[in-house]
Amino acid sequence: MPERERKQKPAPEKRVEETAEVAAPAKQGEELKEELDDLLDEIDSVLESNAEEFVKSYVQKGGQ
Amino acid sequence: MAIPKVCGIETEYGVTLRGAADPNPVLASSMLINGYVEHHKVGWDFEDESPGRDARGFAREGAMPPEIETHLVNTVLTNGARYYVDHAHPEYSTPECSDALELVCADKAGERILARSMYASRRLTESGQEIVVYKNNSDGKGNSYGTHENYLVDRAVPFSLLVRNLLPWFVSRQVFTGAGKVGSENGAAAVDYQISQRADFFEEEVGLETTLKRPIVNTRDEPHADPQAYRRLHVIAGDANLCEVATFLKVGTTAIVLAMIEDGFIEKDLSIIGPVNAMRTVSHDPSCRATVELLDGGRITAVELQWEFLRLAQKYADETGLDACGGDEVGGMVMTRWESALADLERDPMLLDGQLDWVTKLALLQAYIGRDELDWSDPKLSLLDLQYHDVRPDRSLYEKLVRAGKVERLVDEADVLNAITVAPATTRAWFRGGCLARWPDAVVAANWDSLILDVGSDPLRRIPMMEPLRGTKAHVQPLFDSVGTPAELVERLQG
Repeated sequence: MPERERKQKPAPEKRVEETAEVAAPAKQGEELKEELDDLLDEIDSVLESNAEEFVKSYVQKGGQ
Repeated sequence: MAIPKVCGIETEYGVTLRGAADPNPVLASSMLINGYVEHHKVGWDFEDESPGRDARGFAREGAMPPEIETHLVNTVLTNGARYYVDHAHPEYSTPECSDALELVCADKAGERILARSMYASRRLTESGQEIVVYKNNSDGKGNSYGTHENYLVDRAVPFSLLVRNLLPWFVSRQVFTGAGKVGSENGAAAVDYQISQRADFFEEEVGLETTLKRPIVNTRDEPHADPQAYRRLHVIAGDANLCEVATFLKVGTTAIVLAMIEDGFIEKDLSIIGPVNAMRTVSHDPSCRATVELLDGGRITAVELQWEFLRLAQKYADETGLDACGGDEVGGMVMTRWESALADLERDPMLLDGQLDWVTKLALLQAYIGRDELDWSDPKLSLLDLQYHDVRPDRSLYEKLVRAGKVERLVDEADVLNAITVAPATTRAWFRGGCLARWPDAVVAANWDSLILDVGSDPLRRIPMMEPLRGTKAHVQPLFDSVGTPAELVERLQG
């Protein structure tokens, strides 16, 4: 089990210096934002129209 | 030694009949399930004829009108599940599973069955109408419907011991089981967004009710198994999860906690003062920093309470093993996931976007708030909340996020599709499902703990199934392979 293995590891003798996490080579902030915008646009296209009316009409009785 | 934590999930789905002036939810639920069952029957003949799929057989020759059939809708499927109308909702009860991963698959298969049912029921609804279902637990107007978990528990464990340990467990596990909700209900204090769909509806600590004055620990005693040996713990304090990681954690960790209780491993009293209020306190704080008061003194956050349980579980896994809860493989995966979820919740809950429903939904809402400059009272946010749970694949916002690669999956879709028709191999569900798949007309009635077969001559034969771990694939497949008729099966079982 991974947990057990982790516990058995001896403490490192040398002091370990914390470094900043290696930046993911992948997406830049701008690219991520674009991706999110695209996703929200896609969701817009399937969202029920007239939010207020729609939410109001959703009534569920007789549940456990 | 703890007994194996056989488990299952029952989900009451929200249901609407769109386009109807005065929609009747009982009728809609019945049409939904009849649509699936009929389609499935007809499907055998048309399986290979894909062209013209929509056009075929939509007239229901010789079928009874749905009004009459509403009394009949209670079916058992070849995957061992029960699919029926309960109160005013369609309910899907998964077959018995032997570990959390198997149950994630069975629960997801249920969503696929509901989606197929909506499609199949189109031929039963009037033109301009559509049945739509939601896998959530609240209509946002004070009406809730449940997602219940069930776990096999040793009858010898005093119920009071279960209650003492489970109250703090159910209060604190909300931090990963919650499905998220905009606003509050049922007289709870106003809040923009909360962790759980259900927390506002718990009004008692312990009790038998499930529809009003809901208790955190439910006392229903209906084991569906040998009542001398077992109890079925019926858990009503959980949310309907779409995220597989959330379902996995909910079931996997609860199974481990129950095994620890059975083995007398939790000596420390983690009781909290006022658990009913504490449910809301925890749910109403998406920062996960709110504290509850311990009976032994001091205040503690839900995440800290979870660390207490996790530390005990780590010791338990080392000393006793996890044989009763999925073994080293699945049980070990639960432990690893549990620890990393708690570490993330402590650091920043938003790190769990794509793993937990309440965080995933919150991230989506925040993205909308940012883009459209919305205020928390905007109905669009309530709509997004609701539509996250829409089960139609083309409308479900959860599915949109899955397809965009934003949500982590734990099971293969091929396994989910298989679980729509094939029962788990590791429990008695295999026997139930196998009989139904082989001899659908000979199975007169099927229940969790018995099966009644028509063997072609009087009398009908009842086969008891009081042991949830008997009737597995390993036990009965050789038998299935060696008999040709239900009569032969019964003969061999008696012989």
